[in-house]
This record gives sequence, C-alpha cells and structure tokens, in this order.
Amino acid sequence: MEFLNSLLDPFALIDLGIADIADGVKRWAIANRSMIQPIKDVLNTGIVSVDHAFNAVPPLLMLLIIVLIAWQLASARVAITVGVALTVLGLLSPHAWGLAMTTLAIVVAAVIVCFLIGLPLGTLAGKSDRFEAVLRPLLDLMQTIPAFVYLVPVVMLIGIGNVAGVIVTVIFALPPLVRLTSLGIRGVNPSVVEAARAFGASPKQVLFKVELPLAMPTIMAGVNQTIMMALSMVVIASMISVGGLGNEVLRAMGRLDAGKAIVGGLGIVILAIVLDRITQGIGQSGRARGHRRWFEVGPIGLISAPFRKA
Amino acid sequence: MNTPSAEPVIRCEGIWKIFGKRADEAMRSVREHGLSKEEVRDRFDCVVGVRDASFDVARGEIFCIMGLSGSGKSTLIRHINRLIEPTAGKIMIEGRDVNALSNADLRQMRAEKIGMVFQSMALMPHRNVLQNVAFSQEVRGFDKAERRRSALRAIEAVDLKGWEAKYPDELSGGMQQRVGLARAIAADPAILLMDEPFSALDPLIRRQLQDQFMALSAEMHKTTLFITHDLDEAIRIGHRIAIMKDGELVQIGTPEDIVTAPADAYVADFVAGISKLGLVTAAKIMEPVAAWEQREGPAATASWSQARPEALLNELVDLSIASPDPIAVMQDGKAIGIVTKTALLRGVRGDLAPAAA
Repeated sequence: MEFLNSLLDPFALIDLGIADIADGVKRWAIANRSMIQPIKDVLNTGIVSVDHAFNAVPPLLMLLIIVLIAWQLASARVAITVGVALTVLGLLSPHAWGLAMTTLAIVVAAVIVCFLIGLPLGTLAGKSDRFEAVLRPLLDLMQTIPAFVYLVPVVMLIGIGNVAGVIVTVIFALPPLVRLTSLGIRGVNPSVVEAARAFGASPKQVLFKVELPLAMPTIMAGVNQTIMMALSMVVIASMISVGGLGNEVLRAMGRLDAGKAIVGGLGIVILAIVLDRITQGIGQSGRARGHRRWFEVGPIGLISAPFRKA
Repeated sequence: MNTPSAEPVIRCEGIWKIFGKRADEAMRSVREHGLSKEEVRDRFDCVVGVRDASFDVARGEIFCIMGLSGSGKSTLIRHINRLIEPTAGKIMIEGRDVNALSNADLRQMRAEKIGMVFQSMALMPHRNVLQNVAFSQEVRGFDKAERRRSALRAIEAVDLKGWEAKYPDELSGGMQQRVGLARAIAADPAILLMDEPFSALDPLIRRQLQDQFMALSAEMHKTTLFITHDLDEAIRIGHRIAIMKDGELVQIGTPEDIVTAPADAYVADFVAGISKLGLVTAAKIMEPVAAWEQREGPAATASWSQARPEALLNELVDLSIASPDPIAVMQDGKAIGIVTKTALLRGVRGDLAPAAA
C-alpha cells in the first residue's frame, strides 16, 4: 500500500533542493554586497537629485512646465486635460504634490532604464527569431512571477532604497517595451526595407533611417505600457523604502486610514492619466499630426512661427 | 527610338536560383541529372525560382522581361543588384562581377549605378517627397545642398515640381510611382531596374506613365531592365523582350520577332491577341516582284502607292485604302517587293507564311 502511494505521488520523495540553491544565491549576495555598493551609490545619487530637482521647482511652475511639454509632444487638447488633472492632484491634500513629484522621479528613472535596456533587446528580438524564442519565456517570467519573490533577493543584494525600488520596477515594467519594440520592427513593411537596401543603405542605416522610425508608434505604445506598469509597482516598491505616493498608500493600509489611502491612490491614478495622455500623443503617426515637424507645432511652433519661412 | 550600342552593360550568365534549405544539393543534382522543377520540389523540398537564365543588355537598351506572376521575373531582376544571391551563375555589370563585390562596394554600386522602381512603390511613409528622392545620395553621405539639387532635378523630370514637401500618403498612386521613378533617377545611375512599376495603376494612368517613362528614357539614355506581366506594355516599351515561363527564359527577341515568330506554343498563345498593326513591317509580308510578275504579268510599280520596307502595317493599310492597286515596296528607288491586299490582311492576322496566292 505504501509502495503504491509513493508511486502515485513521486514528487513527495524527490527533493532537488531548489529553494536551498536560491537561498545559497541570497547568501552569496549578502557576502558580496560591498561589490555592488559603489554602483548603487551612483544610481541613488542620480535618482535623489532628480527627486530634489522636481521638488525644488515651485508646484505651479512645475505644473506649467508639464502642461507645456504635453502641448508640445501631444496637443493643446491633451495639455488642457493634463493641466486639469494636475490641479486636481495638487488639491488632493497639502502634501500630495511633493509626494507625486517623488513618485514621478522614481517612475522616470525606471522608464529611462527600461528604455535603455528594452530598445536594444526588442530590436534584436525583432531581427532574430532565435533570440526572440530565448527571450520570450524570460519576459513571461518577469511579467508573471509575483513581485514579492524577487523583492527579497534584490534587497539582499543591494539593500532597501530607491535603487532597489527602480530595479524591481524595471523587472516588472520592461517586458511590454521589449515585446512591442520587437512587434514594431517585425511590422515594418518589408518592401520599404528592400527599397532602402536597393538604394545602398547599410544594415545600420536601414535600422536607424527606416525600421526604427516606422516602428516608432508601436514602440511608443510599449513605452506607454511600461510607464503604466511602473506606476502600478509604486506601492510594492514603497515596501522597500521608496518614498512618494506609494508609501502613503502603504502607511494608510497599516493604519487602516481610508482617507490617506484614497489620497495616495487617486494621486497615482492621476499621475498615470497624465503620463498616458502625453506618451500616447507622442506615439501618433505623422499623418495624424498633419505631417508637421516638431518645431512647427505646440508652444515652440507658436514662438518660432515669426522666424520660419512661409 | 535610340539604337542601343553593342557593349553589354548587364550580362547574366546561367543564373539559377533554387529556394530552400537544400538548395546546393538540389543544384548539384540538377546539374548532374537534369531534374525538372517538379522533381526538385518532390526530392529536395526546394523551389526553382530561376532556371538557367542568360541574357545581355546593351547600353541604352530597354530590355523587357515578360512573364505571368510566379514565373520568376521579380526574382531574376533582384539578382542584378544582389538583393537575392544566385544559387549558380554570374552577373556582370559593366564588366564587374556583382557577386564578388565586398559589402561596401555593393552598397556603392546600388546607390550610384543602379536605380530601382518597385511595383508596391515602397516609398518611405515617414519621409516627404524630397527626402524620399534624395535617399540614395543621403546614404552615400552627400552634403545636403548637393542631394537637394539632384533630388529637385529628378522631381522636376517627373513633373512633380511643387510637391517636394508633401508626404507619400498625400499623393495619388500615379504620383507616388512618379516619386518612385524620381528616386530611381536622382543619383543619375547608369542602370534602371523596373519591377512591374506600372502594374498597380489604373489603365489610363498606366499609359500616361509609360509615355512619360519612354520620353525620359529616350532623353536620359539609361540601360533599363523592365519587368512586366503585360505583353502590350513590353511591346510598347521594350527594344527587346524576353518571355519567361516557370523560371526559364523561353524566347528573347525584338517585339517584332516575338510576335511574328513565337518560339513555342506558350509564346504563340500570348501573342495571339496582340495587334500586329504597329509591329509588323512591309518587309515581312511583301512578295518578291519577280514572283508577283510571274503570276500576274508586268507590275506597274511606278503608278502604285509606294512604301519603305520598314513601313508598319498601319501605314500600309492607309495606303491600301486609298487605292485599288497593290503597294510597291521601294528601296533606293527600286521596287523590291509587292504587298497585295490579301498579303496585308494575312499580315494583320499574324499569318506570315510566304504568300502563295
């Protein structure tokens, strides 16, 4: 009887010790922390200075700057939406604006890192089926594995703080950018690429003059998704001592303070709306924007109009 | 029409293209055992795209390759600028072996020597007309003023002046293809590769563009390889025509040759519907004066309508309508042949058997 039981449930008898191995990696990470420390300090200084810069600008001026950016990159309509949304954000509570700027700094840092890693990876994946086949399960893993699983090793490796927060955010937010960059490169009309080759373009010129520009709307959709996912990591990142709106929500949860939670939560949502509208605006195709150059639209277009030739 | 000089600009020798993972194996087998297309497909799971194609194109000549879709003509033309590598065979451009070029030399040749026009236009939607046309000089690193100058010259040549700042999606199909043509001639290349350039356009626009292309071509005297599935187009445009079927060039000749002496039933079938009026000359249908006199008595050629030997049927029909007499074919002031109404009617029908009755 016992034999039959063990036959039907062989997994109970076999222990490959995967958890122990992972634990070993953790111990190794703790032992070698000093190696990581200098890199971490540099990154942390970068993030903190962005945070300080955002917080140093008077809120009303910052609001104006973001509205102007939205007008330039997207449209006047988006700029109005962004202006209203940011005003509501500021009115949520006296501290909301400062917290939002801290969160914005973390998200911007994470998205820049995602862009630097994701664009080359996605381009390679778009060019090579084999690389895509290797990358895909890795991206699936990054997107689906619960954040708490890698939270611990990351903290063991580099300690709590902004850098760890950015790293866990990047792990979660990177996949859509890679996937959509690959999709965008694959979606470029092959006959246009052929024409570029026929007129003597080198592989590098084909990439930078044809493939990346034509894939740009899809890549921007990826950036948009990456920003949204980065914002959704804000609360989890605050568990490893990242400040900002996420921290507000976390603390409210600990004290069962519904009011504080709503301020933090709404703040994150508004930030998401603002960043979403702006990045969607950038992703519009040339035709949708009436084929105007960047210096012919928005506030810069308004200022430069008298200096341009008709 | 320009008479092409003898020096070949493009020379293709025994080009084979077999698609598939086991192409080289299939190629060896074809060489040794002369496998057919079907045998290659069944035995090696490979597709024969081009089968032993050889031809020369002389400087200034317009060489048409005519074939139905799937006959391998688009594959063949892509060998000239090595967008496709041949499985076997050699392509020489002005005496240089294209497949022996380094990558850098190949890119230079593509940008400076060869212009290409595509059926799908393949314009870059994120660049305006000027930037599209200037592309080949841009990738060669010409300075902005110079490439703007050549691009504007090309745009003017295709009558698109004033449209430089527009984007492709703001233009009609015919205009887009004119941009495609301008892009091909912007760097003033010696060779033009035209891959069914006018097939996607409606008939009226197609005819307009054919005329425009022929005018440009006469003026610029470029060596042109022109792909089409439309025999009328091939006859209108080409100095010589090659008929392609299942990857093989079945006949190469002047339009008149192809129409009057088709090499096989396949070509004959193609040319059956083609009007001979603008193709066949008096020399092809005339009867020697002696033969005529033997049958009908002395010929009063001096009082009949007269035509040159290279006069087309069109012209002969006009002469024949004007007078009840036969037409005298004159060369150097002497009658060398006679075209009767019967012979003329036979000629119109494409029946060029020696006139007996």
